[in-house]
Amino acid sequence: MSIGLTHYLLLAAMLFAIGMFGVLSKRNIIAVLMGIELMLNAVNINLVAFNRFMPVHDLTGQLMALFAIVVGVAEVAIGIALAFRIYRDRNTINVDELNRMKG
Amino acid sequence: MFNEFALEHAWLIPLLPAISFVIIGMVTRSYGKLSAAIAVSMSTISFLLAVGVTLAVVAGNITVDAPFVQKLSWFHIGSVNISMGVLIDPLTAMMLMVVTTVSMLVQIYSCGYMEGDPGYGRFFAFLSLFAGSMLGLVLAVNFLQMYFFWELVGLCSYLLIGFYYYKISAREAAKKAFMTTRVGDFGLLLGILLLQLTFGTLDFMELQQLVPIYVMHGGAGFLTIIALLLFVGPIGKSGQFPLHVWLPDAMEGPTPVSALIHAATMVVAGVYLVGRAFFLFSQLPAVMTVIAWLGGFTAIFAASIAITQRPIKRILAYSTISQLGYMMLALGVGSLTSSFFHLMTHAFFKAMLFLSAGAVMHAMAEEADIFKMGGLRKKMPVTFAAMTIGVLAISGIPPFAGFFSKDEILAAAAQVSPALYILATITAFMTAFYMARLLFVAFMGQPANQEAYDHAHEVGWFMRVPLIVLSVLSVVSGIWAHMAGFDDWVRFGVPAHEGMNLMIAGTSTLLAVIALALAWKVYVAKSWNADALAEKWGVLYQLSFHKFYIDEIYAALIKFFVDGIAKVLYWIDVHIVDGIVNALGGLVRAVSEMLSPAENGQVQSYAGVYLFGVIVLLAYGVYYASKLMAMLGGAF
Repeated sequence: MSIGLTHYLLLAAMLFAIGMFGVLSKRNIIAVLMGIELMLNAVNINLVAFNRFMPVHDLTGQLMALFAIVVGVAEVAIGIALAFRIYRDRNTINVDELNRMKG
Repeated sequence: MFNEFALEHAWLIPLLPAISFVIIGMVTRSYGKLSAAIAVSMSTISFLLAVGVTLAVVAGNITVDAPFVQKLSWFHIGSVNISMGVLIDPLTAMMLMVVTTVSMLVQIYSCGYMEGDPGYGRFFAFLSLFAGSMLGLVLAVNFLQMYFFWELVGLCSYLLIGFYYYKISAREAAKKAFMTTRVGDFGLLLGILLLQLTFGTLDFMELQQLVPIYVMHGGAGFLTIIALLLFVGPIGKSGQFPLHVWLPDAMEGPTPVSALIHAATMVVAGVYLVGRAFFLFSQLPAVMTVIAWLGGFTAIFAASIAITQRPIKRILAYSTISQLGYMMLALGVGSLTSSFFHLMTHAFFKAMLFLSAGAVMHAMAEEADIFKMGGLRKKMPVTFAAMTIGVLAISGIPPFAGFFSKDEILAAAAQVSPALYILATITAFMTAFYMARLLFVAFMGQPANQEAYDHAHEVGWFMRVPLIVLSVLSVVSGIWAHMAGFDDWVRFGVPAHEGMNLMIAGTSTLLAVIALALAWKVYVAKSWNADALAEKWGVLYQLSFHKFYIDEIYAALIKFFVDGIAKVLYWIDVHIVDGIVNALGGLVRAVSEMLSPAENGQVQSYAGVYLFGVIVLLAYGVYYASKLMAMLGGAF
């Protein structure tokens, strides 16, 4: 059995679901950020896999993946900086306690 | 030469006082003397122009049948063209003379009377506007122009009656005058609208042609309603029963204003309207009967009140109502001539009586009760003489002015209805009595209040000159107009040449003399005790003294209706109008309270909802995917 597109997509979907679960269920803001990172990478796997298996002649998918990785890096940098500021400000990184925007 | 100029420029007559109002109101108000000078000079020019117009009318061929008309288009609404302009016939000329003369003299008088009042400039501004409005009304070419100035007159009366606005009674009187006449104006407006609907025009000259044709073809039916509605306006403005209640209270204004209102610029507007629209009223016998009887009733009703009143201006106010009733009676019996003759003589002697009363009150430090005066004839000989002439004139003693005009009214009434004649004669008797009472109590006998008496003094020249001029007019205007053929000149239809009915003239003169003698016996010789008489006539005296409780009845009715309606409306407002608004508010609040827990500030729960939404959309997409594919025609 050779490894085809379906396997990559399944892997990406699982990774995405795990990341989503982390984002929705973790109370630690760092863990939430990590979940987001997993979701991003799931998308990257999709892009690269499609580029490999679909009839695309140039490297569009791979370029997109590279671009997404750069964006992800920036996002992590800002996200962690924000988390740091929030920790300094509130002395907590528990998202349950960060509910100032409550209506 | 000047006469022609005056006739061509008659529109200046109302415009000049109006300009004076604007100048005083906007520029010179704080300079009292200057304002007075402007007002008096403007009204003097108006007066001269009015003289010119009158001479031109007398000299030229301008008669009631062939008036002089100038008009300009005022505005259009759809196909309705309304013009504004000048209509001059002998009726107008006479009114112009009366109004300009009286208002000029009143303004001169006011220069002295209002001395030292902080509102000196304001007063002259309002007086000017008042005169201007009335002159505009007199010159009107159609009902709408008349209505426009009619309302302006009402506004001015409001401003002037409430001139001492810091006095509660003055404010109340001003409101009362405005609202009472407004009741009448409403009827008038309805009448005017119906006229426009029926005839398609409001122009007096056109209506004069159209009305007889209409009556000939269609009968009087609907026109009677219109005429009655129109007549409601004069009932309010000219103080006829039952809308007379504002007129006695109108004395809250400064006395020159009372003179102006009672003599020239306000109450005669109603009589003038009926006279101007006489081509309409005279076609409708039913309406004429109403006018005659209402006038007759008002005359005797007001006279019976005047007999027992004590404040000097109140007596005069009721006598005005009574005399206006006379004029209406004369119109009702079809004698336009006698009505306007009486209007003219009455304007002169009533203005003078009011100005004399003002002089007395001025001298007595605003004391109004005649029983607190007494003996003033030695202190104020000029005023006493003027007052005596006024009383003799209004009582109808020959050869004073009132005799001639009143006699014509009596003669006209006698021809139509003996009952009305008797009513009018009794009124004449009562008039002579209460006027004599006023004169004797205030000027004869011993001073009732020594301190005020010592303070009293004859008035200054500004106030004395108008009194003298009006005295002369009160003496000569009657006989002069009678000799000069007033009935040829101011008339409706063919002139009535009757000459003097000696029977009627003799009776009324005799009765007037008896009334004067009676008053002398009671109030000067004191052969009969006035208080004992009052005691004896208990109920009647009380009724008369309390003005037949008309004010109280109105107050109770208004309280009942207005308060009752207000209660109902209040309930509707609180429970229904507010209820709807509150219910809407409550609904919004309830829904918000239901939804607000969803916004809990937890980003994760928002993300969860978002995920749920995406899943729902995806499910929807998958479910309909086949249809979508089919729609796209199998492109994938």
